[in-house]
Amino acid sequence: MDDALPGDRIHGFHGGLKLQHHKQTACQHPVERPPLPERLFIAMRQHQGETGRTLVETGEHVLKGQALTEAGDDFIVPEHAPTSGTIEGVIDYPAAMPPGSMRRTIVLVPDGEDRPAPRQPLEDWQERRADEIVDHLHRSGLAGLGGAMFPTAAKLRGGWSGLHTLILNGAECEPWIACDEMLMRERARDVVEGGLILAHAAGARQVVIAIEDRMGLVEEKLREARSALGAERRVRIRKVFTIYPEGGERQIIQALTGREVPHDGLPQDLGVVVHNVGTAAAARDAVVEGRPLVERIVTVTGPGIADPRNLLALVGTPFAHLVEAAGGYREGVTRLVLGGPMSGTALPSDEIPVTKGSNCVLALTREETAPTQPTLPCINCGECVRVCPARLLPQTLFKLVEAENYDDAADYDLADCIECGCCAAVCPSHIPLVDFYKHGKDELTRRRLDRRRAALAKRRYEAREERLERERQARRAKRQEREEKLKRSETDAKSEIQAAIERAKRKKEGGND
Amino acid sequence: MVSAILTLTALVLGIGALLLWLGRRLAPDEGSLVERINGILPQTQCAQCGYPGCRPYAQAVADGEADINQCPPGGEDGVKMLAELLGVEPKPLDETRGEHKPPMVAVIDEDRCIGCTLCIQACPVDAILGAQRQMHTVIEAECTGCELCIEPCPVDCIDLVAKDEPWRWPRPDPIPLKVREAAHG
Ligand code: SF4
Ligand code: SF4
Ligand code: SF4
Ligand code: SF4
Ligand code: SF4
Repeated sequence: MDDALPGDRIHGFHGGLKLQHHKQTACQHPVERPPLPERLFIAMRQHQGETGRTLVETGEHVLKGQALTEAGDDFIVPEHAPTSGTIEGVIDYPAAMPPGSMRRTIVLVPDGEDRPAPRQPLEDWQERRADEIVDHLHRSGLAGLGGAMFPTAAKLRGGWSGLHTLILNGAECEPWIACDEMLMRERARDVVEGGLILAHAAGARQVVIAIEDRMGLVEEKLREARSALGAERRVRIRKVFTIYPEGGERQIIQALTGREVPHDGLPQDLGVVVHNVGTAAAARDAVVEGRPLVERIVTVTGPGIADPRNLLALVGTPFAHLVEAAGGYREGVTRLVLGGPMSGTALPSDEIPVTKGSNCVLALTREETAPTQPTLPCINCGECVRVCPARLLPQTLFKLVEAENYDDAADYDLADCIECGCCAAVCPSHIPLVDFYKHGKDELTRRRLDRRRAALAKRRYEAREERLERERQARRAKRQEREEKLKRSETDAKSEIQAAIERAKRKKEGGND
Repeated sequence: MVSAILTLTALVLGIGALLLWLGRRLAPDEGSLVERINGILPQTQCAQCGYPGCRPYAQAVADGEADINQCPPGGEDGVKMLAELLGVEPKPLDETRGEHKPPMVAVIDEDRCIGCTLCIQACPVDAILGAQRQMHTVIEAECTGCELCIEPCPVDCIDLVAKDEPWRWPRPDPIPLKVREAAHG
């Protein structure tokens, strides 16, 4: 079994849901580029990690592809200018996650000329060391385009021994989202080439591109691209069952290998690493053309959008601008969601800008968001357990979090929940289960942080007590010494006088001699 | 000569005693009740409990001198955990000692600071940097927000501000009790 390569057979995974996929809605038109927005709002941190140092000043003119923030270690991903223009300032601007938060954002006013900075491709990448490619991708600002925005360099680096397969995830996780499907249709060759680059950088022998079983056209295109690149032997194309959340990292690995990533392990333990197909295309652009990551395909769709479509949007474009390019809103839009309907986040405003991880804007109307039935107590029906792809016990977790029994929830592996929403979707009591898990996870994070802070404070308090005690001891010792000295000098003085008297006496006696 | 020997002996004994004491301090018995209580306390070291720090308070609780509800930074959660550890009934926080606040941090207005070092002497966790007649700053990561430096500052240039905390998912509304009872009845 271990000798079988990922993709030899397609497997199922536990739980999951068959959902209506609604993908066709946005796939009627080819991917288009919307007109340039008036302003671009480039969040200074668009990845999991820390913010890089700003490299530009207010009023400065920048060229397309010029770095705006500095690259640091693998968790400090740089941002680049999506087009040429003038920096208007660095401000706090609303961000999608966490809801209601602000983030440092660079405001760029495009000059409409789209003048590029000199490009630095890595043309002979086949000859380069894996490390050089990883560094180049990092400098080009790559972070996972699948949504989680994990720094690409951090995922590639490490030279994992035994890593044999790079999985390109083209199975879109959720209904409505179609950006990856459109990308593979229109840029199949770039995706395959990007896959080969990423595989070289990760030290993997082969690439498996996983797509959904309903993506017939995509498969054809990928096959053509594969033969055009002469990579039939290194690239496999595999269809997985369309059962939500088949696009989840752990689920796609299980579907392809039949093995589960250990609960405290990494995909690399199974010899595989997963990247999104969008990341592959971006890697190809960075390496072959020397273009940093400054744009991505965003699906603008839903019953609340007049003319749903996929748009090639510059990073920093406000969502409102994309909605406009997709014909505007329809009547009765009640909610705007970033991501899909199952695990997306509600957007508080359409002024929020596109980031590297924005795959889809979904506008829902009254019909879909009508007040759900009142929440009822859990009836222990076990439906949620049946569908949980992470093999958790959702109702137990819910009860523990509701009772604020977070430590026990942690023992029941709350941290393994992927927030897919399957459990909440089937719950007959309409309990907003995922909200409880999100809160519970946050609470655990907070406690961990508090404990770390307390430990630091305790160490410093103890160190100070020691220092004070040392100082007290030192003072006491000094005082004692002084007293001793005083006493000694008294005795010394006495004996000196004595000696002088004796000397005098002797002299006298001698004088008498 | 004799006196010199005496001094040296005294010094050696003094240092020996200090080392012994330090050794005891550095390796406290982790499993002891005092340490376990101290492990629950938030280590803000603010003395609002009426003792000069968390460890002294832990000692007093272990000795049965102090009640379990005297630590405002620990909040109700802290009282609950102490009650659980000691096997007693939890009780509401003693509000007279102060209120439970979100995490705070001290900030010194460096333009107004006269460099008197009084705040350094007051800080229980050595979180303030500075020397005589030089402006002082608070190391944010190390400040516990205990407020002990506020009072001594002669020019009143230290402020307490809320710590920059990431946004957190709120606890969803509990499922209404009425419905619950109806379902059970
Ligand atoms: S949201 Fe979490 S608990 Fe619910 S089904 Fe998904 S993984 Fe399981
Ligand atoms: S599906 Fe809902 S009602 Fe059924 S066991 Fe799970 S939480 Fe309880
Ligand atoms: S009141 Fe302050 S000093 Fe006392 S135990 Fe609580 S945090 Fe520590
Ligand atoms: S800086 Fe002030 S508030 Fe912060 S720990 Fe020190 S004394 Fe307390
Ligand atoms: S007590 Fe006030 S004036 Fe004195 S050093 Fe501290 S901050 Fe400056």
